[in-house]
Amino acid sequence: MARIISMKLAINEAIDQEMTRDPDVIMMGEDIVGGSGGDGEMDAWGGVLGLTKGLYAKHGDRLLDTPLSESAYVGAAIGAATCGLRPIAELMFIDFMGVCFDQIFNQAAKFRYMFGGRAETPLVIRAMVGAGFRAAAQHSQMLTPIFTHIPGLKVICPSNAYDAKGLLIQAIRDNDPVIFCEHKNLYAHECDVPVESYAIPFGEANVVREGKDVTIVAYGLMVHRALEAAKKLEAKRIDCEVIDLRTLSPIDLDTVLESVRSTGRLVCVDEAHPRCSIASDISASVAQQAFGSLKAAIQMVTGPHCPVPFSPSLEDFYIPSADAICAAVERTLVLEVAE
Amino acid sequence: MSFEQITPIVMPKWGLSMREGRITKWHVEPGATITVGAEILDVETEKLAGAVEATDPGVFRRKVGECERVYPVKALIGIMAPIDVPDSVIDDYVAAYANPDEGSDDEAVESKYKVANLELGPIRYSVSGAGSQDVLLIHGFGGDVENWMFNIDALSEKYRVFTFDLPGHGESYKGIDDASVPGYAKAVLAFMTAVGIQSANLVGHSMGGAIALQMLASAPERVLSLTLIASAAIGTQINQSYLEGFARANSRKELKPCVEMLFADPALASRKLLDDLLKAKRMDGAQLALEKTIASFATDGAQQLILIHLIEGAARPVLAIHGRRDQIIPVEQSESLRHAKVAILEAPGHMPHVEAAREVNALILEHLSKVN
Repeated sequence: MARIISMKLAINEAIDQEMTRDPDVIMMGEDIVGGSGGDGEMDAWGGVLGLTKGLYAKHGDRLLDTPLSESAYVGAAIGAATCGLRPIAELMFIDFMGVCFDQIFNQAAKFRYMFGGRAETPLVIRAMVGAGFRAAAQHSQMLTPIFTHIPGLKVICPSNAYDAKGLLIQAIRDNDPVIFCEHKNLYAHECDVPVESYAIPFGEANVVREGKDVTIVAYGLMVHRALEAAKKLEAKRIDCEVIDLRTLSPIDLDTVLESVRSTGRLVCVDEAHPRCSIASDISASVAQQAFGSLKAAIQMVTGPHCPVPFSPSLEDFYIPSADAICAAVERTLVLEVAE
Repeated sequence: MSFEQITPIVMPKWGLSMREGRITKWHVEPGATITVGAEILDVETEKLAGAVEATDPGVFRRKVGECERVYPVKALIGIMAPIDVPDSVIDDYVAAYANPDEGSDDEAVESKYKVANLELGPIRYSVSGAGSQDVLLIHGFGGDVENWMFNIDALSEKYRVFTFDLPGHGESYKGIDDASVPGYAKAVLAFMTAVGIQSANLVGHSMGGAIALQMLASAPERVLSLTLIASAAIGTQINQSYLEGFARANSRKELKPCVEMLFADPALASRKLLDDLLKAKRMDGAQLALEKTIASFATDGAQQLILIHLIEGAARPVLAIHGRRDQIIPVEQSESLRHAKVAILEAPGHMPHVEAAREVNALILEHLSKVN
């Protein structure tokens, strides 16, 4: 049965159901215990935003509160994964990942390759991404492209509660390290989510809106901005197709190419910085593989190449808006008229 | 002046989840004389595209709905009226028509699905309409309640109509021990008891037809009549690669060629339909349930259970409907049936109740009217 729940609850439910199903699933993170209805410290937050609330009460010591040392517990999680457990490490903000890059890039991502396929690292690192939370430059980045750059890592960024549950379950069952990026401004987003467990396979984009004129590619929060833009453009009789990438590594380029071959126009929306981003990656691939189908130059809509500002008005200006996406879509159409 | 002579054409409601539809093409121009069954316009929903067909004869007078625009269910989209009704009266009618608010019935739509808790787990079902008899619609392999989206409204005008997800399918429980046709029949009988259906007119599609026949064998007192649509268990041959391909598919790309085989017009396999099927197939246990079902249902392109003898000896009226362009179960199997009323439809494939809903609904209603 499906019912409407938030992405926050969907993520909690995915962890809960997988911990129930598989005793090898464990969780580590800062302040993730708590919220169990106990006394004092036992009844803390359940994670910085309460994502793991109630899980300690059900699964007990399979949830570990860790010291404030990301490199230590991410390393511990990677070690546990290679020894047969299926750890989920919660890293609060993806911005803190920097201190564990050796553990992630040189160890977890390389084990399968360097040990001739004889070591597996079934690990999930969950972390919040994205701006708009008034949390300043060190807690607001969209660092997805840093992880898609590394072979051996899988990178996921859901846009809604349904996908979040199915993709997280798949991530936990997956035998490779998965960086699971949760947009903090989507935690409250609600949609129909089945009560039962289900896994969404990696590498399949979701066409969230079909259209004939322009293809808009996005992920995470930007999917909603793209849909908002598509709705605005409908009034101008511009029919946009919106693709939600869902998984960034592996990436479903086929769905993007198929769409661009039919629309002839591409707008890539990415909350990450513009250079070496998911947007620039998609743009390059499409230019290489479907150049003949393009009727106009590819447009990118991203934040500027600067840190996320702390000033609320500047932060709002920083994040790609529906209007910016509309303008980019119209640029792909104006060019055609100019010719 | 009264509006008595005006027949409104409204956005249809195909299935419980349809909230709105987009007009994609008008087939008629104002002034055209329309006969019953004529296609008036094409409508595209999130799931499927179909034609709105005339239910009354008359003169088409006005297009109220525009092409490529989306209208809520029951919104006024066209007008039929005798030629002597002046335009001014039609203007007044259009102005006075109370169009539904967009999205206003969302909650009503959601609550139409119910859950029956059987011993083995929950069964999702819907019930609509009222009447002295019940009609139970049984979907086929890999199907769900949505398969009957074009049929519920028509049938529920005269009967209480139940649809449900078989165990292992849709949103019903997935842990099925016995995935054979007799196993499914047992579960359906348990479902009937749970929701208070004493006896029903069974309408079964494909494997659902086989289940209906099995129910006739095991509990004849609970079966009032049979309607077998593209039914299994009548002949031997079945498209094994469809069954296995459907069970295995876990992406749109894998699923699309399978679902296209269901329809005479492959364009009916819309992206939304594929997405919905994938959502159901990705539930834990769903794929296993389908694989278990195939294991006892068909091997090397041969159905393992043939129940044709039950039709020959049936003390219940039997209607068999089959599409000429069926690529899953050959039409010849129904065509050769004796002791049953056989209706072969030339245009449809394996899903006549979707592809030619109006004709199928009329055939079922006529059949049911003779049951008493």
